[in-house]
Amino acid sequence: MNLPFDPLLVSIVAPLLAAGMLSLGLPAKLGKAVAAIGFLLPALLALHCWFYFPTDLGADYTYLTGYDTGLSYFGINLMLGLNGISMPLFLMAGIVGLASGLYAIQSKAERLPLYLGLLLVMQAGLMGVFASVDVFFFYFFHELALIPTFIMVGIWGGRDRGYAAMKMTIYLTIGAMLSLLGLIALYFKSGADNFTIIELHRVIAENGLRESIQSNIFALLLFGFGILVSLWPFHTWAPLGYSEAPSSAAMLHSGVLKKFGLYGLIQIALPLLPEGFSNWVCLFAGLAVFGNLIVIGLVTIAQSDLKKMVAYSSVMHMGYAFLGLACYSAVGIGGVIMMMVAHGLSVALLFLLSTSIHHRTKTFEMSDMGGLVKYTPVLAAFFVIATFASIGLPGLANFWGELAIFVAAWDFSPTLTVVSVSGVVISAIYGLRAAAKVFFGPESEAFAKVVAENKPADLCICEKIPALILIIALFAIGLWPKTISGPVTNAAEVLYATAPSAAVDTAQLSR
Amino acid sequence: MNSELLKAAAADNPWMAIAPEMALACLALILLVAEIFLPKSKHSLVPAISVAGQLGILCGLLINWKSIGVGQPIFNGMLMAGPHTQFLRTFFVASSLLVSLLGIVALAKQKMPKVEFFVIVLVVSAAMMLLSQANHFVLLFVALETVTVGFYILVSYVRTNPLTLEAGLKYLITGALSSGILLFGIVLLYGVAGNPTLEGSSATSMNFDSLYGFLQANPDNFLASLGIVFVLSGVAFKIGAVPFQIWIPDVYQGAPTPVTAFLAVSSKAAGFAILLILVGVFAPYAGLVATVISLMAVATIIFGNLAALTQHNVKRLIGLSGVSHAGYLLLGVLAAMTVPVAASAIYFYLFAYLLASFAVFGVMTHVAGVDDADQELDHYAGLAKSNPFLGGVLAIGLGSLAGIPPLAGFMGKLLVFMTVFAAATAPISPLTSGCYYGLLGVAVVGVVISIYYYFGWIKAAYFDTWRAPLLEGETDPTPARTPVAPWMRLTLGLLALGSILLGLYQGPVATWLRLR
Repeated sequence: MNLPFDPLLVSIVAPLLAAGMLSLGLPAKLGKAVAAIGFLLPALLALHCWFYFPTDLGADYTYLTGYDTGLSYFGINLMLGLNGISMPLFLMAGIVGLASGLYAIQSKAERLPLYLGLLLVMQAGLMGVFASVDVFFFYFFHELALIPTFIMVGIWGGRDRGYAAMKMTIYLTIGAMLSLLGLIALYFKSGADNFTIIELHRVIAENGLRESIQSNIFALLLFGFGILVSLWPFHTWAPLGYSEAPSSAAMLHSGVLKKFGLYGLIQIALPLLPEGFSNWVCLFAGLAVFGNLIVIGLVTIAQSDLKKMVAYSSVMHMGYAFLGLACYSAVGIGGVIMMMVAHGLSVALLFLLSTSIHHRTKTFEMSDMGGLVKYTPVLAAFFVIATFASIGLPGLANFWGELAIFVAAWDFSPTLTVVSVSGVVISAIYGLRAAAKVFFGPESEAFAKVVAENKPADLCICEKIPALILIIALFAIGLWPKTISGPVTNAAEVLYATAPSAAVDTAQLSR
Repeated sequence: MNSELLKAAAADNPWMAIAPEMALACLALILLVAEIFLPKSKHSLVPAISVAGQLGILCGLLINWKSIGVGQPIFNGMLMAGPHTQFLRTFFVASSLLVSLLGIVALAKQKMPKVEFFVIVLVVSAAMMLLSQANHFVLLFVALETVTVGFYILVSYVRTNPLTLEAGLKYLITGALSSGILLFGIVLLYGVAGNPTLEGSSATSMNFDSLYGFLQANPDNFLASLGIVFVLSGVAFKIGAVPFQIWIPDVYQGAPTPVTAFLAVSSKAAGFAILLILVGVFAPYAGLVATVISLMAVATIIFGNLAALTQHNVKRLIGLSGVSHAGYLLLGVLAAMTVPVAASAIYFYLFAYLLASFAVFGVMTHVAGVDDADQELDHYAGLAKSNPFLGGVLAIGLGSLAGIPPLAGFMGKLLVFMTVFAAATAPISPLTSGCYYGLLGVAVVGVVISIYYYFGWIKAAYFDTWRAPLLEGETDPTPARTPVAPWMRLTLGLLALGSILLGLYQGPVATWLRLR
């Protein structure tokens, strides 16, 4: 079905327009309605693009349109399109955006119009990131989404918001700058006429790049994107930032925006710089497995603060993604995409629910909770589902991604695979323990006091809707993974058809 | 020269080619006449006349936006329009218009004569417009001195404030020193290029074309090298590049806010316009020029950012951060030596800088109290809550200065950095490609540092901080904020909107600057 307009452009412009209207100072009710439309439209258009996505596309783009913004001399044009790799993420951005937007609309945040406006700008950026075929705009939209995060953390954040906002800003700016340098270097070194991924692929396939150049550019991209994805040991901004961030911002950032770096590696760095990849793969696979999965996994177990725990768990799960990248195979990359989508949905759900828990217990400290299930059975059920999803139990979306990554990783390095499977045990420990501490067991003294003052009520309908959106998506992908895995596999099989020429020296690792 | 020759020379002077400059000068005269004939109670009309006149000139320039007579020397080789002349004229008129508007707000708080300010701003702007088309050292020097002398008066305009007087004195001394250095360099070049024993010498060696011919014939003359370094140093004073940045913090702090804005935007743009011309003239000595410029750029970026990091006075902060912007632009000048489009990137950067700077200075004028030099970061506490409009304009302006997408400042930085990347493929010896990449690395570190202090300013305006309650008998040190007049609201709104739109869509400006 053809829409009379470009769905991708509208999904970027609609939230921006809504944000613009909010900044004019609409009456409260109308403002909320405008914001809701601003969040709903991208989600619907993303669903549309997913539903009518051609099944036999390979790595090519569909819905392709270009707009000249005035920098064509430098080869920069706003070119939008989706391929098998970006479509699932675009869909996920729409769904998580809708959920976090609805959750923000019902929240009682101070200066709500400003809050919603910033979220809408962020939403526009997120849709743009995954819809951009032009590498420059890919970066541009990421920054567009990033800036509101800093402001939201600074204004509506928790106790340490000033410090958290500053730290996030500086870390993420460094990461973004490094990756921008890498992208520009790639553009100039390839000799491409324009900045689109398509053109870069074509030119590099024709001319190739020297190995030393590949290696240097890959390092810039790896560490630039790595900081943005919280690759250990550059992760320290993430737990702090997420635990201080207001819930909707944390949902959007950890759920969607953080995937920018992985997406950049999958779509640009790995297929274009295979030799650079093979020079660096051992380092980043090691960092990811031992740093992100094991060290951060253990740190997550040690957390007593619910939101911090969710934040650390999101850092930990990035380890699986990096491991999947290290495989450099269609199965591994497909697994990473599935995992990114599933993790985006599940971590957003966890942040949403932990804020709802906070509203009822007035604390994030898990030792001050307990026995909440008596008052809020639905919230408890949702939280347990979210925890199961995050652990990666079958039937929920995360299972497929992790499974595919482990299968692919066995070819890459059996040792690392065995080590990383223990990560599943780690996430089971902290996840189930959190569920037990918060909802079951005896009421703590502090919580009894809160209950005496104000008896906690179960989730209200406006909290249930955003949570349900995410849960339905998790189950849909978990029970029917082919909905997104088809296009992903098609694209990954083309992009990752050949292993990097300089064979990866995995023998060393497997010993 | 007898009168016949003079007449003949005057006969082919195309006066229409400098109509905008003359219009500005006439406007300045009209203001003076108006001051004489208007009764004292009606003197507030003078700024209005100035603004209306400048709006008219601006419209005229925008209608005739294409530069004419590009590359044809006029006035006996004194002036030559470049491809960007019309853009620069518009730039300077827009800047002086905004300075006049800020002046109306800022001067209302002072008991000072109100008319001279507007007159001098116009004359200085006209001189800058001529400067950006200079094709002869005599004209360059005269125009530059007109600018500098105008600034001597403007900087020390509020003569009741000791800090302002200090600033005036410092600007006078360092300005005179820099003029001296510049003049010394000019004389060296004139002397050596006029030496009849050397190949390619010329009797008219003040003229840039003759000088270029001479330099090309003598590619390694010591005196010429010395002269080039001196001339570059003299210009470096005007743009505030290290090691000639020493005057910036004190002068920026002491000068009235509109004058600080004028120094930060117009003066810097004029400096870069002339630098780009000179770099072309000195092209036979490209190795020397490139070395000097890249060394200055590194030092300027590092010094500007590190020094701005610790500032609490916002005028000093914006002054020192302006130093770092000069550093990024110097990278662009380096690129412009081999990649012609880099000049367009520099002007785009400067235009984005104009929009953002005037937005920030506009907010500063409204937050400042009677003592213009006393503008601390603490005075911005709660600005976003008590006046969301000013808070928003400030955030957009600072964001654009910091180079945060999607604002115009980011595009400027991106274009400049990209041209440096392009230039790195064909480096000027003795520099190597590695040097260019190293320079870019320094610039990126600088940008990251700058995020810290720009963000700190935004933080002061937006995030709540705890403040000690006032003791009994203590007065609130924060000056009362000036209410924003509707016309100022329109101006600031347009500046902020411009910063956003130019970041998202560069179409017309890019066409004008021949970026596509």
